[in-house]
Amino acid sequence: MTTKYMNPYLAGVLLGLVLLVTIFITGRGLGASGALKSVVVESVSAVAPSHLSSSGFYKDYTTEHSGSPLKQWLVFEVLGVAIGAFLSGTASRRLTWVTEKGPRIRGTTRIAFAFLGGALFAAGAQFARGCTSGAALSGMAVLSTGGFLTMMAIFGTGYAVAYFFRKLWL
Amino acid sequence: MAPFVPDIISDELNLIVALIMGICFGIVLEQAGFSSSRKLAGVFYGYDFTVLRVFFTAGITAALGVVVLGFAGLLDLEAIYINPTFLGPGIVGGCIMGVGFVLGGYCPGTSVCAAAIGKKDALAFVFGGIIGVFVFGELFPLYDAFYVSGSFGPLRVFSSLGLSQGVFLAGLVVVAVVAFMVTTKIERKVNPASDANGRGWPSGRHVAAATGLLVLAGVALFLPDRRSYLKAEVMSAVFQRDHPVREITADELAFRILDKDPTLVILDIRGSEDYKKLALPGSVNLTLDGLFGKDNAALLTVRHRERVIVDKDGTAADTAALLAARLGYENVRVLQGGISSLDSLILRFKRPDAVPPADLADTYRFREKASVQLAKMIEENRTAANKPKAAVKKIQGGC
Repeated sequence: MTTKYMNPYLAGVLLGLVLLVTIFITGRGLGASGALKSVVVESVSAVAPSHLSSSGFYKDYTTEHSGSPLKQWLVFEVLGVAIGAFLSGTASRRLTWVTEKGPRIRGTTRIAFAFLGGALFAAGAQFARGCTSGAALSGMAVLSTGGFLTMMAIFGTGYAVAYFFRKLWL
Repeated sequence: MAPFVPDIISDELNLIVALIMGICFGIVLEQAGFSSSRKLAGVFYGYDFTVLRVFFTAGITAALGVVVLGFAGLLDLEAIYINPTFLGPGIVGGCIMGVGFVLGGYCPGTSVCAAAIGKKDALAFVFGGIIGVFVFGELFPLYDAFYVSGSFGPLRVFSSLGLSQGVFLAGLVVVAVVAFMVTTKIERKVNPASDANGRGWPSGRHVAAATGLLVLAGVALFLPDRRSYLKAEVMSAVFQRDHPVREITADELAFRILDKDPTLVILDIRGSEDYKKLALPGSVNLTLDGLFGKDNAALLTVRHRERVIVDKDGTAADTAALLAARLGYENVRVLQGGISSLDSLILRFKRPDAVPPADLADTYRFREKASVQLAKMIEENRTAANKPKAAVKKIQGGC
């Protein structure tokens, strides 16, 4: 694939402006992992509603959020991300159906590690109250100490462990 | 004044805003190349630093924008969501995410982008994320104490470091420019096929962009805090000459309170202790800083109202009135001599033994009557004030 991406600095300014407008209008930043949590809470409440009130993790969620777990700001925002990415991918002819992987591993290995990485990332985001978007980027925009710490921990650990997993990518 | 949630934009409309901003977010992420896990992982192996360039530029753009909008008085920085700091959980969570990033090649937002254009590995990442949250929730009792530990609330990073906001922002820009230069050098060495090798580097455009950023850093450095800047401005003789403070006498104020004048808004800027002891009926207690935010903007902007600022003895109220004028609020007056004057002239009125001069006889008659009635109203108001008030709605954020 040789499709050209946008100049990274221009993309950065545009991303910053999207974030700035979001903060200006709504008073809050962008996020992503919160939507995953909403999906989990909704699923649990559909399958085992009594479990919601017994676990402290879900109880926290239901006291902080009113209304259906799927009728939340972040769920709509992430839905928008999927739509936006699809539109952009269509316009730049990048729609595919492939497993993207390093040259030295098989597709199934890549899928397994993507699954594991997703699970770890989402679990870590629960501790940090947000992921790269919600904690690190939005936290940086409002100069939050927690946001900077989480950002440094994400990238610092990434560099620290990258060597051990180089076979996945190089 | 922004933000427009929750008073101008309702919760329902806010969901539409979320969808629209999400679409913009998705388009930019996809255009930047964040729908490719190999591109994202490149930041950890030196062959592609796109993540660092986009992320750092975006963070600086938004942070500078927030500070400038705040300084211009367009955005109430007190009202926006500041990600709370949980020291241990924030760092541990970040470390777990770092491992997840290298293993999975995405973060949650970018995985949604990539899944939307048909990357199977991204779908696996999203699905793994859902399972990850579920497992985290099921094992929650193991670390529920740690989860809420190290809570410092909405800490700001510059104050944690003991720096001013401007110095921190300027430093951040300088760090970014240096990081852009160093990582581009690394990328050119590691990955001969990289875009960074396409043209001459550093080109005139790069130098111009870096210079522009450093100029912005300089602006950030000299951007003072809005509150202290405005407070200093209204203290100047020129400003005070152009914006004379209009006073209201204790007699007139008392008359209008007794008359239940609906156009009267009393803003009491004394400390809450003093206010608890003696509060005028219908008055609102706020601090000098309370004038800046949007919490009290409604009180200060309603038309056809006359706002009277009262304080202890009339000195602090002058500053408040000047500040209100600077912030563009109209129809502001100041109680002459403050509450102490109202207290001694009216509430504790003693008719002098000597027969009053003819022109003061009416005033004395009024004060005598008002001392009883006003005291009664204040007492009634005190019992009414003990009723619980509706909780203030706070903006929620984060993930």
